[in-house]
Amino acid sequence: MSDINPLVILMASIFTNNMILSNFLGMCSFIAVSNEIKTSIGLGQAVTFVLGATSIINYIIYKYLLVPYNLEYLRYIVFIITIAAFVQLVEMVVERYAPTLYYSLGIFLPLITVNCAILGVSLFMIIRSYSLIQSFFFGIGSGLGWTLAIVAMAGIKQKIKNSPIPKGLQGPGITLIITGLMALAFIGFSGIVKI
Amino acid sequence: MSSIFVTVFIITTIATVLALLLTLANYYIADYGERKIVINNDKELYVEGGTTLLSSLISNEIFIPSACGGKGNCGYCKCKVEEGGGPILATELSYLSEDDKNCNIRLSCQVKVKENMKIEIPEELFNVKQYNVVVEFARDVTPTIKYLRLAICEDKEIQFRAGQYIQLLAPPYADSNEDVFRAYSIASQSTTNKYIELLIGYVPDGIVTTYVHKHLTKGDKVTFNGPYGDFYLSDSDCDIVLVAVGTGMAPIRSILLDIKDKKISRNVIFFFGARTEDDLFMIDEMKRLEEELPQFTFVPTLSRPDKNSWNGEVGRVTDMIDKYLEYKEGREAYLCGNGPMIKSTVNHLIDKGFSEDNIYYDSFD
Repeated sequence: MSDINPLVILMASIFTNNMILSNFLGMCSFIAVSNEIKTSIGLGQAVTFVLGATSIINYIIYKYLLVPYNLEYLRYIVFIITIAAFVQLVEMVVERYAPTLYYSLGIFLPLITVNCAILGVSLFMIIRSYSLIQSFFFGIGSGLGWTLAIVAMAGIKQKIKNSPIPKGLQGPGITLIITGLMALAFIGFSGIVKI
Repeated sequence: MSSIFVTVFIITTIATVLALLLTLANYYIADYGERKIVINNDKELYVEGGTTLLSSLISNEIFIPSACGGKGNCGYCKCKVEEGGGPILATELSYLSEDDKNCNIRLSCQVKVKENMKIEIPEELFNVKQYNVVVEFARDVTPTIKYLRLAICEDKEIQFRAGQYIQLLAPPYADSNEDVFRAYSIASQSTTNKYIELLIGYVPDGIVTTYVHKHLTKGDKVTFNGPYGDFYLSDSDCDIVLVAVGTGMAPIRSILLDIKDKKISRNVIFFFGARTEDDLFMIDEMKRLEEELPQFTFVPTLSRPDKNSWNGEVGRVTDMIDKYLEYKEGREAYLCGNGPMIKSTVNHLIDKGFSEDNIYYDSFD
């Protein structure tokens, strides 16, 4: 078990080890849903919530079910079905009991099922031997980092909406280039802390 | 050996627990019970809550036009939700104008029936039904346009007004794995209630047009629902100008056949545009109508004719408007074709004294 302070993990996963800009995980929804700041914030909130919750659930399943029976190699399939089931459950609950929240982020919830950042967090926390509390902070931090990146991208996209971008680069092309530039900028944070 | 059993047991346990959890959630949380939908303060429907308004209405045989089949990307299935629709969803925003939002107009495929609802839909939609039909004939009238007659095989009759359209269903086939509806104008006269005729142009990679052009033959069974639309002849006495290009002929032909059947005595001129002689069709029928209806003039025009064989008009339909129409007020125009053609024709008609309120069009875009 690593002995890094959970708060350090939280900060690191937002800035130095950002899920999108360092690991390039969760790119599909990052590219597809980053057109408006408002929607990006909605999706970011949903990703953060699901990341926080699934990191705990997956940690418990891994630690108390897979490890005792030496079934660590099953973690991919177990994590995937847990994430899918959790997202579906959350969607049902939110739709029924928190309609306002559902209308603001409900439509993004199904998208999260296939967000690789969620699986990435669950796998990283195992590789890095985090404790439960560290995993939770890592999950929340990664979600916040993902939100930061997608909101920044939405802001940039709105700014360049009327710019004369060459035809072949419009859409995903320019988004990827900007992502690369953002990732370069975020390299400035690297080396401050290692998680 | 035992490790295999343990693995299977653990995975099964996890999957079972999750499945159980979701089933219970679906049973208790996602169950909205029976909900009441009041339509136009008159008709009451009791439907299973939790499904979309569009599918609830369709399951009660009330068909709202929906070219995309309820995926929220055609914006046709609008209806007024007075009560019980919840706030407007992000998926609806791009299809609703400011006026729509102020008048509680919603996309019925996105609104879920979670509580009792009060909605308003146009009365004529109650006339919309689904028909199982058989292809009586299917023939190519140009290299890219197919002329279909679909005979209603059940004990049903279709009531429509000339100019309206239906939605034809293409079932899953080699190039498509889902049911897809597309809108096509009816080309036959409204006095025939046991069949309809359609003119369907081929669109490369179009799901329904490929189905019609490559797979549908005489004797095949298909399904359509309709009629829809408010593009039809008014009851006034003023002169009529008809303008169409390509498959835009369909509703115009229906209107012309109606004028003949109902013995409407109004001055009618019809400008029909095509590129080459190969793209012209139903010319004989139009010439015949010209002989039968003394107040009807048919003007076919080609934009790229073979000058050795074509003696008729040359140019676009807008050129014919400039050539044939004098400046005069109080006429009506009915246009059908692609968006750019409609737009430029409207401008030319306004220059000829037409009021914008008296120009009706059915755009294929």
